Amino acid sequence: MVRFDGVTRRFGSFTAVDKVSLDIGRGEFFALLGPSGCGKTTLLRMLAGFETPNEGQVLLDGENIVGVPPYERPVNMMFQSYALFPHLTVAGNVAFGLRQEGWTRAAIDARVKDMLALVKLEEFGHRKPHQLSGGQRQRVALARALAKSPKVFLLDEPLGALDKKLRDETQFELMALQQRLGLTFIIVTHDQEEAMTMADRLGVMHAGKLIQVGTPAEIYEEPKTRWVAEFIGDVNLFEGPITGHSGDLASVDTRVGPLVVGRKAGFADGQKVSIAVRPEKIDIAREPFATSENQLHGIVADIAYLGDLSVYKVRDEHGVIVKASVANKDRHASELLHRGDKAFLRFAPEAGVMVQD
Amino acid sequence: MAKPASYDRWYRRVVIAVPYAWLIVFLLVPFLIVLRISVSQSALAQPPYVPVLDLSAGWQGLKDFVAALSFENFKFLFGDWLYVASYLRSLTFAFVSTLILLAIGIPIAYGMARCPQRLQPVLVIAVILPFWTAFLIRIYAWINILQRDGLLNDVLLALGIIDTPATWLATDTAIFIGMVYSYLPFMVLPLYASFERMDDTLLEAAADLGCPRWKAFWLVTLPLALPGVVAGSLLCFIPITGEFVVPDLLGGSDAMFIGQTLWNEFFSNRDWPVASALATVLLAILLVPIVFYQTAQSRALERR
Repeated sequence: MVRFDGVTRRFGSFTAVDKVSLDIGRGEFFALLGPSGCGKTTLLRMLAGFETPNEGQVLLDGENIVGVPPYERPVNMMFQSYALFPHLTVAGNVAFGLRQEGWTRAAIDARVKDMLALVKLEEFGHRKPHQLSGGQRQRVALARALAKSPKVFLLDEPLGALDKKLRDETQFELMALQQRLGLTFIIVTHDQEEAMTMADRLGVMHAGKLIQVGTPAEIYEEPKTRWVAEFIGDVNLFEGPITGHSGDLASVDTRVGPLVVGRKAGFADGQKVSIAVRPEKIDIAREPFATSENQLHGIVADIAYLGDLSVYKVRDEHGVIVKASVANKDRHASELLHRGDKAFLRFAPEAGVMVQD
Repeated sequence: MAKPASYDRWYRRVVIAVPYAWLIVFLLVPFLIVLRISVSQSALAQPPYVPVLDLSAGWQGLKDFVAALSFENFKFLFGDWLYVASYLRSLTFAFVSTLILLAIGIPIAYGMARCPQRLQPVLVIAVILPFWTAFLIRIYAWINILQRDGLLNDVLLALGIIDTPATWLATDTAIFIGMVYSYLPFMVLPLYASFERMDDTLLEAAADLGCPRWKAFWLVTLPLALPGVVAGSLLCFIPITGEFVVPDLLGGSDAMFIGQTLWNEFFSNRDWPVASALATVLLAILLVPIVFYQTAQSRALERR
């Protein structure tokens, strides 16, 4: 449906988007995720037509659309600032795109009514944008961009201006909407939680490059690089050279001692790697574990109580801090260990992932 | 942080009182004087009108004064075609000049607002630069340009557009040139302020919704710049209606603007009451666009 083919965009000497190639399927909910300035918005704007790539092609339904002006692309965008026309009413805003297409008055009225019903703003058609709350404005922007039934719907940080509770609600509304309409949604966000919640697949961008594309679970469980592992979720990283392997397992010599993890293609013995282990995959206990591999011990340096889970920061004998999180299934389960207690940590070989440094 | 309420109220009153005092002393009082003269009668005296309020006669003096007032001057104004014609001429010229100013000012202001950010202050200075020279001198310069052997004819002859020198001075064209030249900054600056404030994302949103650039200018840019359009138009229309210097120096002697008629009544005929009546009617006419401007402004403020 949408294909970026070796797309590069430079601003002066700064390369905002660097040889990005990406395929997005029909009806997919795709998220471009990355920190601010990573080029994700520029990539989206090239699809909308506001930026022209210096190199490469942007294809929509197999057709190169580079050079097609934004007003001729069957793509609509919801702007981060919403960009509602302040001199038009809510209904006028939603009707704007339809008027450009020369719809009849009756058809426009019917469509506007449908769209306002879709975003639950039927009562607000005659209001001006400045008379609405932030959440309502966001829904007007949504209705306006969806009114023309675009082939691809682009959302630039759509929830950035909303408060946390409204953001959570809106996430689910957007997902439901996407499933109902069956449109291709491409969302740009710096919020990993948002991207993981909503998207079928996501592309992680860093410094203009697309680093990894995959489902939320793939990205979380199988990060390709150290940067991705650190950007998405919380992670413990242990660096060191691969010392050898037996069967499916490889051993790595790290600062906290030798660790055993699953082997991965593309890594040779002797190569320096990082082992990424998510805190929730590390078990913590007062007593030593029965298995000896991947076992660490240290002193509890800090406990962060987050309600649903507690994160224990354990300092081992080399001074390395290792984070382990435990779900607080029982009430007062968090009182198991206290700061200053000796604690034992352990993770299964398949819980650790080798990543490129 | 709570200040005593009385102090706050006192402070607010003083702040509000300053502009009111200014308006009363320099606007309302002079206007009342003019209004009083306009309902008096011309006389060969010093000052050249009666009645004069004689406060030493007490209550009786005030009664005599009020009884002697008349609206003859206003009736006279509308009975004589000369006065009506100069009102109409002034209003027509002001209206047409404002349209020309809009046609020239909008592209200039829009172009300025689209220029690179660092260039814009320079352009604003360039627009207001003519104010460094006295208005009269600039109009005299135009006499020089427009006269028979002036710069304009020289250029047109050199370009082969005309064969013989044309008459510019003392024509309506000269008046329009002078008006548009003099008032262009008053049109460009408010327009520029409106255009400059525009959010570019709105134009992107318009393009995204299928609206080509030129159309977006009419559908988005111009409606949003409407406060600037209204402000600029009134800033030009109102003073042009009462303009004296430009038509007097650049225009012909055949038809008069209201400003010139006023001057004649006041200084040549020494008929202060009729002159005052003329001024009062002019003010009444101009009050219409001013009130319109006020409501437009308060509506724009509400939108913020």
